[in-house]
Amino acid sequence: MHIDDVIQFSFHALQSYRTRTYLMLLAMAIGVASVILLTSLGEGARIYVTQQFSSLGTNLLIVLPGRSETTGGMPPIMGETPRDLTLQDVMAMQRSRHVKQVAPIVVGAAPVSYQQLEREVMIMGSTANFFSVRQVTTSRGQILPEMEISRASPECVLGYSLYKELFGSLSPLGKWVRVSEYRCRVIGVLEEEGMSMGMDMGEMLIMHAASAQALFNVNSVFRVLVEAHSQDEMDKAREDVISIIRERHDGEDDITVLSQDALLSTFNRILTALTYSLGGIAAISLLVAGIMIMNVMLVAAAQRTTEIGLLKALGAPRKQIILLFLTESACLSLIGAMLGLCFGLLGNWILQRYFPDFPFQAPDWALWSAVAVALSTGLIFGLLPARHAADLDPVLALSGR
Amino acid sequence: MIKLEHIARTFKVGDELVHGLDDVSLDINDGEYISIMGPSGSGKSTLLNAIGLLDKIDAGRYFLDGTDVTELSELEQAGVRREKIGFVFQTFHLIPRLTAAENVALPLTLAGVEHEERKQRVNEALQSLNLTDRAHHRPDQLSGGQRQRVAIARAVVTKPVVILADEPTGNLDHASGIDVINILETLNKQGITLLLVTHDIELGERAHRIIHMMDGKVLS
Ligand SMILES: Nc1ncnc2c1ncn2[C@@H]1O[C@H](COP(=O)(O)OP(=O)(O)OP(=O)(O)O)[C@@H](O)[C@H]1O
Ligand SMILES: [Mg+2]
Repeated sequence: MHIDDVIQFSFHALQSYRTRTYLMLLAMAIGVASVILLTSLGEGARIYVTQQFSSLGTNLLIVLPGRSETTGGMPPIMGETPRDLTLQDVMAMQRSRHVKQVAPIVVGAAPVSYQQLEREVMIMGSTANFFSVRQVTTSRGQILPEMEISRASPECVLGYSLYKELFGSLSPLGKWVRVSEYRCRVIGVLEEEGMSMGMDMGEMLIMHAASAQALFNVNSVFRVLVEAHSQDEMDKAREDVISIIRERHDGEDDITVLSQDALLSTFNRILTALTYSLGGIAAISLLVAGIMIMNVMLVAAAQRTTEIGLLKALGAPRKQIILLFLTESACLSLIGAMLGLCFGLLGNWILQRYFPDFPFQAPDWALWSAVAVALSTGLIFGLLPARHAADLDPVLALSGR
Repeated sequence: MIKLEHIARTFKVGDELVHGLDDVSLDINDGEYISIMGPSGSGKSTLLNAIGLLDKIDAGRYFLDGTDVTELSELEQAGVRREKIGFVFQTFHLIPRLTAAENVALPLTLAGVEHEERKQRVNEALQSLNLTDRAHHRPDQLSGGQRQRVAIARAVVTKPVVILADEPTGNLDHASGIDVINILETLNKQGITLLLVTHDIELGERAHRIIHMMDGKVLS
């Protein structure tokens, strides 16, 4: 039997049971479309997070005190309290020729007030470098001036919403705000930018690192941001930073250097796994569609008993009847999958229009694997009814007994 | 051409064994016209199904054109049905969604005959049965007699050596019945062996040879 005749025969049969055929196609299409939409959601989340991370600044290393034992095991019980990182350490890091700039970070919370208004906000102590490393700018006034890192100076930059809360529509520049029991002069306001890496820069006051240390009465820094000259120099910069600190800390490796890439790839892995599992969950609906196909084809075989008997009488061997019935389920799942592909991509497009900020994008593997899974469930679940049809006794089938 | 030796076919109904065919031996020559008669339940259909290789037999040997077809595989038996045997049923068994022409073409389609040749042979078959103007009608748009003529066209389009007709007039009025028998007889005159099961004595007696059956046995 020619393949075009097989297909034509199957199409004829599907056409003559319209409602059932449409319902099957719908089930398949919904399955495929949900695989596409759910994976596109997961992939969108991955891309979104990646974008957020790259807005952190490029070629960035984050140095924190203490060695993190990522290999597991008990932390040491006695001694070995990690040495703090100091502003002197930060200055020393600047000596590496692979390092473009460093920015210390001292953080804490303190009440900030202007006249009667008071807010408890996050205080960030850093240097002028912070602004270029983190790629933040001021909307008015200026950033912290360059000066010797260990010098305190009563100047600060306000986050945009903090400025709005304290000053309303008044100009804050040159005004003195009270930070706990200190006072400092507002020299700038950050851009109305919002969140960056989970930190709300709007609700923040930025001052010189040394001033913040005095405010919180500490000698250490919380983190150091190190920017390398280029992507290629990141490893060198990391080695330099580690050896500089080892030298300064009596030969102890007591810092942890994280690269943005490492964080990023961790998130990437997590979110890719999420996308896969979403795809897997959606694939269950394909399985359900496959079982529906099996059910419908079993009913079809029962309804078309005499037809099957006739085909046998006309000389169709078992395998030809299996072929005919399998082609029917394959057509159902293939057309259903194509419809689902259209629905899925259409739904994706609609989501993209309504949420332009979120990068909905079905990964390629999801497209072809949804279609592949749809086809194979159609074939696998079509096999049982097809064999069932082929095993019918033609005499009984034709006598209608 | 057809040689049956001690054929038996038993059905198990509950604990009882029913003898559909009981030690049947039969010789049928090329081009014969035979009617099979007997009371209901005497095994006429069972005999026809055995000859048509639709039903298996439990004992005995069956030679068709010299080969022992009981020894053949499922695939080979299907091939014998496709090439040598044409069936005509009481209830026509046309596929309702297909047109007359498509129904007639079905055995050729299954056999993988090329489009052009298929078309030509279907047209010839329809023409010889005066169905050309009904070629594109579906079965529900045809009369009973026309439907049976389509079924006969389908049986002969593969040029079989034997036609097995199980009460082909059973669902037809008298005139259409005579019409159908005339057609079958014409085919027989062209050389096809014809086996006809009928209850109608008048029709049965038109055959060259009459086989009487009773309780699964061939009487004469
Ligand atoms: N599938 C079956 N299962 C059980 N018994 C069967 C089966 N097929 C046929 N028989 C029995 O075999 C015997 C012969 O049946 P068959 O159909 O050949 O009779 P028939 O001569 O064609 O009768 P009718 O003229 O009514 O068509 C009957 O007794 C019937 O009950
Ligand atoms: Mg009968």
